[in-house]
Amino acid sequence: MPELIAKPALGAAPVTHAGTTLAEADLPQMTAIAPWPGQAEAVGRALGLQFPLPNAVTEAGGTRLVWAGRDLAFLIGGVAPEGLAAAVTDQSDGWVALTLSGARAVEVLARLVPLDLRAAQRGQTFRTALNHLPLILIVEGEGDFTLLTFRSMARTAWHEVEEAMVKVAARAL
Amino acid sequence: MRIDGKGRIDRTRPVTFRFDGRAYAGYKGDTLASALIANDVRVVGRSFKYHRPRGILTAGSEEPNALVEIVGPANQTPNTRATVQELFEGLAARSQNRWPSLRYDALEINDLAALFLSAGFYYKTFMWPRRFWEGLYEPLIRRAAGLGSLSGRHDEGVYEKAWAHCDLLVIGAGPAGLMAALVAGRAGADVILADESSEPGGRLLSDDGEIDGAHATDWVARVLAELASLPNVRLMTRTTVTGAYDDGTYGALERVGLHRSPRPNLPRECFWRIVAKRTVLAAGALERSVAFEDNDRPGVMLASALPSYLNRYGVVPARRVALFANNDSARSTARSLMAAGVEVVAIIDSREDAPDEPGIALHKGAQVIRARGRMGLREIMVRAGGREFRVEAECLGVSGGWNPSVHLTCHLNGRPRWSDALAAFVPVEGAVPGMLVAGAANGSFSTHGCLAAGAEAARASLAALGVAAGAVELPQAEDAPYQIAPLWAVPGKGRAWLDLANDVTVKDVALAAQEGFRSVEHMKRYTTQGMAPDQGKNSNVAALAVLADATGRGIAETGITTFRPPYAPVSIAAMGAGGRGMGFAPQRILTSDQASRDRGAPMVEAGLWYRPGYFPKPGETTWREACDREVMMVRCSVGVTDVSTLGKIEIQGPDAGRFLDFVYTNTFSTLPVGKVRYGLMLREDGHVLDDGTCARLGDQHWLMTTTTAAAGLVMRHLDFVHQAFCADWQVRFASVTESWAQFAVAGPLARDLVTSALGHAPDLPFMGCAPVVVQGVAARLFRISFSGEEGYELAVPTRYGEALFRDLTARAETMGGGLYGMEALNVLRIEKGFITHAEIHGRTTAFDIGMEKMVSGKKDCIGKVAATRAGLVGPEREQMVGLMPLTGSVLTAGAHLFAQGADLVRENATGYVTSVGYSPTLHSHLALGFLKNGRARHGETVRLVDRLRGVDVLCTVTDPVFHDPKGEKLRA
Repeated sequence: MPELIAKPALGAAPVTHAGTTLAEADLPQMTAIAPWPGQAEAVGRALGLQFPLPNAVTEAGGTRLVWAGRDLAFLIGGVAPEGLAAAVTDQSDGWVALTLSGARAVEVLARLVPLDLRAAQRGQTFRTALNHLPLILIVEGEGDFTLLTFRSMARTAWHEVEEAMVKVAARAL
Repeated sequence: MRIDGKGRIDRTRPVTFRFDGRAYAGYKGDTLASALIANDVRVVGRSFKYHRPRGILTAGSEEPNALVEIVGPANQTPNTRATVQELFEGLAARSQNRWPSLRYDALEINDLAALFLSAGFYYKTFMWPRRFWEGLYEPLIRRAAGLGSLSGRHDEGVYEKAWAHCDLLVIGAGPAGLMAALVAGRAGADVILADESSEPGGRLLSDDGEIDGAHATDWVARVLAELASLPNVRLMTRTTVTGAYDDGTYGALERVGLHRSPRPNLPRECFWRIVAKRTVLAAGALERSVAFEDNDRPGVMLASALPSYLNRYGVVPARRVALFANNDSARSTARSLMAAGVEVVAIIDSREDAPDEPGIALHKGAQVIRARGRMGLREIMVRAGGREFRVEAECLGVSGGWNPSVHLTCHLNGRPRWSDALAAFVPVEGAVPGMLVAGAANGSFSTHGCLAAGAEAARASLAALGVAAGAVELPQAEDAPYQIAPLWAVPGKGRAWLDLANDVTVKDVALAAQEGFRSVEHMKRYTTQGMAPDQGKNSNVAALAVLADATGRGIAETGITTFRPPYAPVSIAAMGAGGRGMGFAPQRILTSDQASRDRGAPMVEAGLWYRPGYFPKPGETTWREACDREVMMVRCSVGVTDVSTLGKIEIQGPDAGRFLDFVYTNTFSTLPVGKVRYGLMLREDGHVLDDGTCARLGDQHWLMTTTTAAAGLVMRHLDFVHQAFCADWQVRFASVTESWAQFAVAGPLARDLVTSALGHAPDLPFMGCAPVVVQGVAARLFRISFSGEEGYELAVPTRYGEALFRDLTARAETMGGGLYGMEALNVLRIEKGFITHAEIHGRTTAFDIGMEKMVSGKKDCIGKVAATRAGLVGPEREQMVGLMPLTGSVLTAGAHLFAQGADLVRENATGYVTSVGYSPTLHSHLALGFLKNGRARHGETVRLVDRLRGVDVLCTVTDPVFHDPKGEKLRA
């Protein structure tokens, strides 16, 4: 049992503006999986998931494999087995996860992310930027997104998203 | 004055506003300009240079005269076009560029001195004495000439930036744009229809035209209702597309809150970046004036503005109106005005063969030669058939023809083509990839022509998108031919205005030509024509026609100046939305942040990170006291500091060792598991990229650390090397900078502190590493040092960072130690001659920093060959040295080094200082720097000079390692 106290990146309470909610989410075990050259398919098989194509998420049970770059995917919610034909790096502590969900989530993200998310569907992910912050955007469903950014930048990320929410809400009045 | 029964304003909703402190009444739906006209306010501003009284010229965004300051509770916005500003309850505006008042402006004296103030006068007049220009003449001129004023306060208004995406962007919602949007919308394409006005419809709202046998506004209403019912069509009103950029990206400025009373958090403006697969430009055309003497008098307006004011706002500027035209379009203006009960006293048509117009006094082959009425037009002088006569009128509507709004087609370097038939520039095809131009913007001036062109442009765009267009019936509308006989300037002696906004006259352009500024671009810069906020929309074509005439060339040959973004003024605040305060740059916050702030540590920025500078204790009054204490604490007991900001990259794979050998100058493949080695990395050009340690965690598993500053750079470099030179190697890397919180424990008692934290002795040799468990948490322990003392770095998963930091701090304090910050860290490393990016600043080589022996001869590495180039090695190089003052003086970084007795001139500088600090250990200021052939000059005396800060000190050149040169303390 660890005697040191674990702390979340922010410890922020959820905020809601114009029916859209920003919250800090618990980030489960997250592991960078970088298959050796030509081993992506085999790695996917070993994980019981298809290794994702660019901008895609594959999932089974509570485990997801999120494309995160060239020859790279993040395994979220599962533990990588030993002997995988890939470089395996724990990323659980390096990121903060925020969720943005609600009727105006797409409008809010249109202020922050240079992507057309109007038709975004579960199964999609984007490695992009939230203003100046690095962002992995995971589409959870219609108007429902998870935003992963560097843990040290959590405060700025929260600030940027809430600012956009407040302005969108003021327009909606 | 108001005309009953006319206009699209809401007469059930009166609005009060203030102009120059006086209260007026208007209606919802008014612009500030229309409301001022309704209140018979004729003079709304003073001109730029001559301070002449000016009225409203246009009814659109091109307005050059009616620029006002909008004064809100927290904002003061200068140069707001009264023709664009919508009225809202409580709006307060004031006129600009006048003192003490709009009516009595002291600087109107400039108008009397006009003879001396022609184009370029200040280049000629204010030449001597030379030094007076910057100190006296220019400030004086700037004060006299100008637009609105700034409040001098930060603009704390709310602004927004946003992205939008579509299949088809239609720019302009006049007949062509509405038709294009309708065709594309019905076909199911994803359409954005952007229009700068508060209400779509374009000229159809202004003119008394018919479509399908009914008033054109009925058709507009039907189309808008249908577009609103289509979920695939987005209508963006009050949105001006301001620029065309690469790959179908457009900039657009939306007025979100500027037209309403302030509401918390509502953006004033939003700067959109619209990414469109295809674009239809249906921006319409702008009417132009004709230059004649005193044509800038308040009451002289564009003819087309009159039906706009009448039909949109139910106002007319005068009971008696005259019209002056070289084309037919003023005729419909006359009919509209007369139908509303306005007396049209005359049409002065410059064409001898102008068609008849029954019921109006029509003067063919006639010209207005002068306008009279300083504070408002009283009469015009007309010349016809060698006869001159007066016509009394309080308003003159002028139509010199129409200029298609080609601006956006020029933003990617397209040049418009001159059309003799239209006497105007028209866009060339394909000027902006993916953009088609339709309607008046393309020179189709009839309503039918606009509707047909809009539909056709939409069909062609849909075909390119692979979307099938359904059948859309073209509504019936007038299709009158456009007949014009060019007239740019009426000959005469007095001053005739071209550019009202910048006070440029026909004479100024002629003078430019006379003085050799014959190119249109030179003329523009010499006269400043077209350089005002209206960007020459009202004057460019006429000015170059006058220039063409003055230089004996044709207009096509003379050419036109370049239209650049933005099409209309854009607030910098909108483009920089969100960039104030916390939005300026991302903040990277350490897990120890709160604990450090709790102890009063001032934070310093290191890249994007916030790190503690020092930890003041009660009684310490300066940072130096705290810093000295912290240095001695590390040297004598134990100190703890957060080093999580250093870049951490895990490198894995069978080829990882080989890869590290390739990117580092020294060999890593031979490093045993559980050991750490210091490494140096070069750029491809042989200069030092970064340094740091690399630990071997497992057979195929390494952990590289980088400097804080270069963490991203090194990651990018590794990616580049991998992808460019060895993509098939089995090696992968991942950043774990954010995954681990890492703390340095340094000092003679460091081992005791680590023992206490772990519950057992660390048992690590110098440059060893091992996995450990700290209070139940799996951690990594490294025995490395950046201070010269026995040192450890303990890393835990970031979530435990704060807890471990507080725990280590408490343990250190019970041992007589404590926290140290960046200042002490810097002094400690200077005492040891350890480099940072102050030394490896991008222009130094391994040789320069004395590490050439670290470049392994047994293998190749990035930058190795380039580092041996001539000039990068040898006694001519400035080499890293230590510097100690002969007396106890302060040293400064950035100072230059000179030989004793040498003149203090640039050519004699033999080096410079990169890092300084006061060493409480050695009781002296110390510096690191670079000195020509420095390694061979230890013991010499050099002169250190910093002229910026008045430092001039003799220093002894030393080895860079001042403290414990043999490293006995490190290895203890």
